[in-house]
Amino acid sequence: MKTYKQLFSELSKLKRPALISFFVIGDPDFDTSVQIVKTAIDAGADILELGIPFSDPIADGPTIQKADIRARNSGMSVQKAMEFTRTVRDYKDIPIGLLMYYNLIYQYGTQKFFSDFHEAGVNSILVADLSIDDADEITSPATGAGLDTVFMVTPNTDTKRMKLIASRTTGFIYTVSLLGVTGSREKLSDTVEALVGKLKKLTSVPVCVGFGISKPEHAAAVASAGADGVIIGSKIVGFIENNLGNKEKMLADISTFLGEVKNAISPR
Amino acid sequence: MKYKGRFGDYGGFYVPEVLMPVLEELEEGFYRFYEDKQFVAELAQLSKDYAGRPSPLYHAKRFSEYVGFKVYLKREDLLHGGAHKVNNTLGQGLLAKYMGKTKLIAETGAGQHGLATAMIGALFGMETKIFMGVVDIERQSVNVHKMKLCGAEVIPIEGGTGTLKDAINDALRYWTAHVTDTFYLFGSACGPHPYPTIVKHFQTCIGTETRRQCLAEIGKLPDMVVACVGGGSNAIGIFSGFMDDKDVKLLGVEAGGRSLNSGRHAATLVVGRVGILHGAKSYLLQDKEGQVHETESVSAGLDYPAVGPEHCLLKDTGRAEYVAAEDDEVLDAFELLSKTEGILPALESAHALAYLMSQKGKFDPDTIAVVNLSGRGDKDVSIVERRRPLMSS
Repeated sequence: MKTYKQLFSELSKLKRPALISFFVIGDPDFDTSVQIVKTAIDAGADILELGIPFSDPIADGPTIQKADIRARNSGMSVQKAMEFTRTVRDYKDIPIGLLMYYNLIYQYGTQKFFSDFHEAGVNSILVADLSIDDADEITSPATGAGLDTVFMVTPNTDTKRMKLIASRTTGFIYTVSLLGVTGSREKLSDTVEALVGKLKKLTSVPVCVGFGISKPEHAAAVASAGADGVIIGSKIVGFIENNLGNKEKMLADISTFLGEVKNAISPR
Repeated sequence: MKYKGRFGDYGGFYVPEVLMPVLEELEEGFYRFYEDKQFVAELAQLSKDYAGRPSPLYHAKRFSEYVGFKVYLKREDLLHGGAHKVNNTLGQGLLAKYMGKTKLIAETGAGQHGLATAMIGALFGMETKIFMGVVDIERQSVNVHKMKLCGAEVIPIEGGTGTLKDAINDALRYWTAHVTDTFYLFGSACGPHPYPTIVKHFQTCIGTETRRQCLAEIGKLPDMVVACVGGGSNAIGIFSGFMDDKDVKLLGVEAGGRSLNSGRHAATLVVGRVGILHGAKSYLLQDKEGQVHETESVSAGLDYPAVGPEHCLLKDTGRAEYVAAEDDEVLDAFELLSKTEGILPALESAHALAYLMSQKGKFDPDTIAVVNLSGRGDKDVSIVERRRPLMSS
């Protein structure tokens, strides 16, 4: 099973950041979702960030909220999500991170959740509603299960917290580009390049950037600021929402866009 | 964070990283000002002149006659705005001012907290946005209009069931993007730390006054104190005055909705399981995997799947007991208090009265029960009219 460490070391030789694509598992239904994720892999995704849908996703904007509803309406569950990650991992050996809300983990039993999903091919679990202050609740179960840890840094995180977060992170730092929830944006936040620069000086842990990365030029700007990965979420989930009646176009749009982003972040 | 914000294992601050710095700032601000002489004096003055404290303790003799024991009402319904909510919004609004914040946001279910926030926004000249579910907007249209009259913007939330839970989700999302100048004036003693502590602090005046009034006017402490519980702010407020009086029974009444068996209710403490929602660990209405349930109650203010963390601890330790009253019993209580006392209770508060009605004849006639009449029922008249049309005579 490929680790983040192996991947980021391969990519540093290629001098380009990782292309990370986010989807909600089971959006709009299990089978289509598998096809979508395979399409993203074929289009060049280096890492998959996958969400298990939750009833109350407070860190997500309208696009991901609607994806959660579609997935839940088509019967997505924690058990099926495990089957999903296994299927995807069998298709291609690339790292998979989960990005989800704490209650689903807590109800399952944190240790068992981490172990079972590691076995199903997951490399890390980022808990959207658990900050570094409560890291103890998940770091030792994660390490025990063989998972890497991923935590978020936001534009209002101070230097002291950044250092603490870096010290507890073994996978990559999920850098949130702006103050706000997930969602496509016209413009890239004007503070993100400085934020990446600051983090790169503070730590050797890979720094990946997400939230609001909606255009190839956004990704290019983040890449030239020194980011180790670019996370695309709402923009490509939007292609699902916009093409629910036309699966071919849905897959083609996702593939084309990810190809453009990959091109934009690859060295000239 | 300076404190862990735990009540036993309940509470905490399960929020995304982006909210941590603002919650820390809020905690720091609260502990800096809550005992500050000028802050305390200003709040006391406003509580008296603006809100109308102290609120009376009233012996409801004809209602007492019906149930067969002595019932006293703590008249929070007489406060400005028509509910206990103003205690908290004055306190937090003043805190926002002391902390240099210029904009307020709040969630609301029944509209009482939204109105109480809109009032304070007007009082302090702060731009105010109220997040409210579309279902609640429809059933509490009078309060919506009042909020707008006070200058607040009411933002309709269509997500989920269009009720309080969804309003909180969107208020949190909005806050995430506007943390620098916006103060989130949270309405109940739940949510992430430090809110349960802050809201309780500003609602303890209910309990402190009630205890003093009992001793002065009745000559002794009551046998029980009864309050409705949604998030739990009016209940924790009145309970706090009697926490150390071990002989005083504390009773919280949750929304039994259609019925507990139907699953269409909001009786979190009575039938819920521990989980994590809106930044706190508490009892929670959820399915096996942890997806949060939709709730139902005739009272918008109790229509919420989680509950304040301190109530969870009080339940576990047995210091307080929690029961549920179903919609039909609540409507009976609404009608009974109106008929016997000429007081229209809020449907939320009517839950506490419904419990007493269910205990009719079961206590010694000298038994003293104090009910926190947390709000008045004017806002609910159209709902009651729909559910219980009056016979033309």
